[in-house]
Amino acid sequence: MVFLETATAVQMKDVTKRFGEVVANNKVNLELKRGEILSLLGENGSGKTTLMNMLAGIYYPDEGQIVVNGKDVAIRSPKDAYDLGIGMIHQHFKLVDVFTAAENIVLGLEEKGKLDRKAIAVKVKEISDKYGFDIDPNQKVYDMTVSQKQTVEIVKVLYRGADILILDEPTAVLTPQETDKLFAVMRNMKADGKALVIITHKLHEVMDVSDRVAVLRKGEYIGDVATTDTDPQKLTDMMVGHAVTLNIDRPKADKLTERIEVEHLTVKDKDGINRLTDVSFTAMGGEILGIAGISGSGQKQLLEAIAGLQIAEEGSHILYKDPEGKEHELLGKNPLDIAKMGVALSFVPEDRLGMGLVGDMDLTDNMLLRSYLTGRGAFADRKAPKKLANNVVDELEVVTPSIATQVRKLSGGNVQKVLVGREIAMNPTVLMSAYAVRGLDINTSYTIYNLMTEQKMKGVAVIYVGEDLDVLLELCDRILVLCGGQVSGIVDGRNTSKEQIGLMMTQLQDKEAKA
Amino acid sequence: MTQIISLFQAAIVFGTVILFGATGEILTEKSGNLNLGVPGIMYLGGIAGLVSAFFYEANTANPSAIVAVLLATLCAFLASALGGLIYSFLTISLRANQNVTGLTLTIFGGGVANFFGGSLNKLAGGVGQISVAVTSGGFRTKLPGLSHLGTVGELFFSYGFMVYLAIVIAIVTQYFLTKSRSGLNLRAVGENPGTADAAGINVTRNKYLATCIGAGISGLGGLYYVMDYTKGTWANDGGIEGLGWLAVALVIFATWKSVNAIWGSYLFGLLSWMYFYVPGLTRSSQEIFKMLPYLVTIAVLIIISLRNRKENQPPASLGLAYFREER
Repeated sequence: MVFLETATAVQMKDVTKRFGEVVANNKVNLELKRGEILSLLGENGSGKTTLMNMLAGIYYPDEGQIVVNGKDVAIRSPKDAYDLGIGMIHQHFKLVDVFTAAENIVLGLEEKGKLDRKAIAVKVKEISDKYGFDIDPNQKVYDMTVSQKQTVEIVKVLYRGADILILDEPTAVLTPQETDKLFAVMRNMKADGKALVIITHKLHEVMDVSDRVAVLRKGEYIGDVATTDTDPQKLTDMMVGHAVTLNIDRPKADKLTERIEVEHLTVKDKDGINRLTDVSFTAMGGEILGIAGISGSGQKQLLEAIAGLQIAEEGSHILYKDPEGKEHELLGKNPLDIAKMGVALSFVPEDRLGMGLVGDMDLTDNMLLRSYLTGRGAFADRKAPKKLANNVVDELEVVTPSIATQVRKLSGGNVQKVLVGREIAMNPTVLMSAYAVRGLDINTSYTIYNLMTEQKMKGVAVIYVGEDLDVLLELCDRILVLCGGQVSGIVDGRNTSKEQIGLMMTQLQDKEAKA
Repeated sequence: MTQIISLFQAAIVFGTVILFGATGEILTEKSGNLNLGVPGIMYLGGIAGLVSAFFYEANTANPSAIVAVLLATLCAFLASALGGLIYSFLTISLRANQNVTGLTLTIFGGGVANFFGGSLNKLAGGVGQISVAVTSGGFRTKLPGLSHLGTVGELFFSYGFMVYLAIVIAIVTQYFLTKSRSGLNLRAVGENPGTADAAGINVTRNKYLATCIGAGISGLGGLYYVMDYTKGTWANDGGIEGLGWLAVALVIFATWKSVNAIWGSYLFGLLSWMYFYVPGLTRSSQEIFKMLPYLVTIAVLIIISLRNRKENQPPASLGLAYFREER
C-alpha cells in the first residue's frame, strides 16, 4: 500500500566483520528501501548492532561492499555516514550531559563562526512540528528523561538531513506510552520517504511497526520476509533455527518456608525523596516472587536494601529467617555478612558492568570476587574460580575467546550470563536478580528462567525483578507490583491477567480503593 | 596607601604568570587532557624566551626592543607548544597514562630549562650575569601616558604589555569555548569523546590542537616570569615550578572558566604576597600565609563538590584516553 517510489537506499553485499577470532558478521547481505521500516531481528550476539555500526561508520567492514543510493561507498567515520545521509540512534545515547538539546543537536556540524542559538532553536522547532516531537531546545540533557534524550538523538540525526535512520533497540528503555509515541513518529518519517531500520528483540513490536523483517543468526544472514506474511512463531523459528516452546515450566515446590520478611521499609535518596514507602512483604523459600513496576519505581532500592547497600529509615525491618529457624535483622549489617548468610544478589544494573563485575578483569578474577576470602592465609584460591568460570562458560554458552578475556570485551548478553552464573553458583538461600534477561536472546533467557526455577525447587527464595510482564506471569508464583515506591498489590502469578498488573503498575488502585 | 598599592601591583604581576598557565591549562583540560606538565611547560617557555633573547642581543649590534620581544614570545610559544606536542603524542596517539606523562613532562621541562639556564649563566660569565636588558626592557615598557594618572595609573597601567595580553587571551578563550561552534565541539570532546566522534568531530585533531595551543599559552607565563618578574635572569631555584602548580590549582579554583581565572589569579597573587605586608610576622608564620592560595583552592573544591552543579564540574572525560573501537 506504499505509493511512494521504493528505490533502494542501502545495499550491503557480503559484508564480513571480525573481532579477533570472533566473526561478528559473516557475508551478510541486506537491502533497505526508501519509505519502509525494516526490523533487524536476531538473538544476542547475532551481530545486528555490529552490522549497523558499519553503516554508521563506527566499525569498518573487513570484507564486502556497501552501496548507498546506488553508489559504492567506503564509510570510514561517523562523519562519512552523515554525509551519506545515514544517522544512527545508539542504544547508549551519545549526548553530552552538560549541553542543552540544541547544543547537542548542532554538535560537529561544519558551519563556521558563532553559535546562533536562536536560529538553531527555530530549525529544531520546525523538525519537531513536522514529525510530532516534543522538545525544548534549551533544556540541559542531565535534566531529561530517557525518552526526551532519545528524542534529542532522533532530532539530531534529522537536523543533519539524514534520510536513512537506524534505531538500535529504541524501546528498551521506554514505557509503553512512550513506545507508541516513538512508533507514531517513525511512521511519520516513513511517510516522508525516509528509510528506517529498527533493531529490537520484542516480537510484538516487530509485528506492530515494521514493513519487512530481516533476520540474523550467529552473524549469518538468514533472510527477510514481509511482516504481513509472517507471525511471531515463524520469526522465532528463523531467529533461533528451531522452534522454542514459549511456555516456561512452572512446577510447584512441595514446601514453602518463610525466608525474608520485609516490614515497613522506607528508603530515601540523597535528595531526601522517598524511593520506597512503607513496603512490606514476605519472600518464601520455594517460590519465585516477581517484582513488577515501571522502571525506577524502587526496584533497585528494594533489592539493594536487602543486600545491605541502602540505608533505610527508622521503623524499617528486614528479617532473614535462616534454615535453622533463627531470625536475623539484615538492616545495619554490611553486605559481606549478608552475603555470608546466603543472600545472593545478581543485580544487573542498566549499564551491566557497573555493579557485580569488574570490566577490566577476566572471567576467573570476576569469579574470585565472591571467593577471595577463602584460600590459604594471604593467598587466594584460584583453582576453584577457574573451574567455576569454565563451568559457567560451558553451561550458559558464554561466547568468549577464553576465560582469560576481560569481561568488558564480551557482548552485553554474555556479560549477564557470567554474572548470573556466578551468583547461582554461590548456592544461595535467597537469590535476587534484576533485569537478569535484559538484552538477552530468547534461548539464553530460557536458560536463566530454568536456572531460577531450579533454584526455587531447591528451596531457595527467588526474587525476580523483571520488565516483561508475559514472562513474569509465566515464571513467578507471586508478583509484587510496585508503583512509585509503594506496594500497589501482591498477586498470584497463576491467575492474574496482564491488564490487571498493568493497571496496578500505573496507579495505586488497591490502596486507594481500601482507603 | 603606597603599601596597599604596591601589594596590588605585586599581586597583579604574580597573578599574570599563573593566569597564562591556567588559561592554557583550561583550554587543554576542556579537550579532556589533564596535563600536569604545566610547570615543565612554563619552564620550557621561560628558557626558550631567554635563550633567544640572549643570542639575539649578543649577536646584534643595535638590538631592537620590538624585534627582541616578538622573537622571545614566538620562541617561548613554540617551545612550550612542542612540550604540549610531546604530551599529546604520548597520551593521545600512544594512549599513555595522562597523570604519569604530565608529571614526567614537569620533571623533563625543569631539567631541560635548568640545563640550558646553567649553560647560559656560564656563557654570560656567572650567575646573574645574563644580560638581556633590551628584551627585558621591552617587556617591561609601560603604557605610554596612562601610567602617570596618579593612583589609578599606578594600579592599572603600570605594567608591561603581557599583563593585558593575559587578560585578553583569557577573555578570548572563554568566548571561544562558550560562543563558537569550534569551542562547542572542543568541549564535547572533553566531556564525551565517543559522542563527539559519533557526531563527526575529529577527536584526535581537537585534542592535539587544544593541548599544543594550550601549552603554548601556558608557556608564555614562564616567559613573563623570566622577562618581567625576575627581570631577565635565570636562577635554578624552582620558582617557576611552584607557580606552575599554582596555575593548576587556579584551573580548579576558576571552575574551568578562564574569565574566573583572571580575578582568581590576582586573588592568588594577593594571598601569596600578603605575608610581606602583614607586620610582625616571623619566618614560620610567613609560611602559614604562603599556604593561603592552596587552602582557598581546597575550600573551592569542597564548595563545588557540595553544590554539585554540573556546570562547575571538570570535563567528564578528563584524564581518560579515547579509543573508538573499544567497548
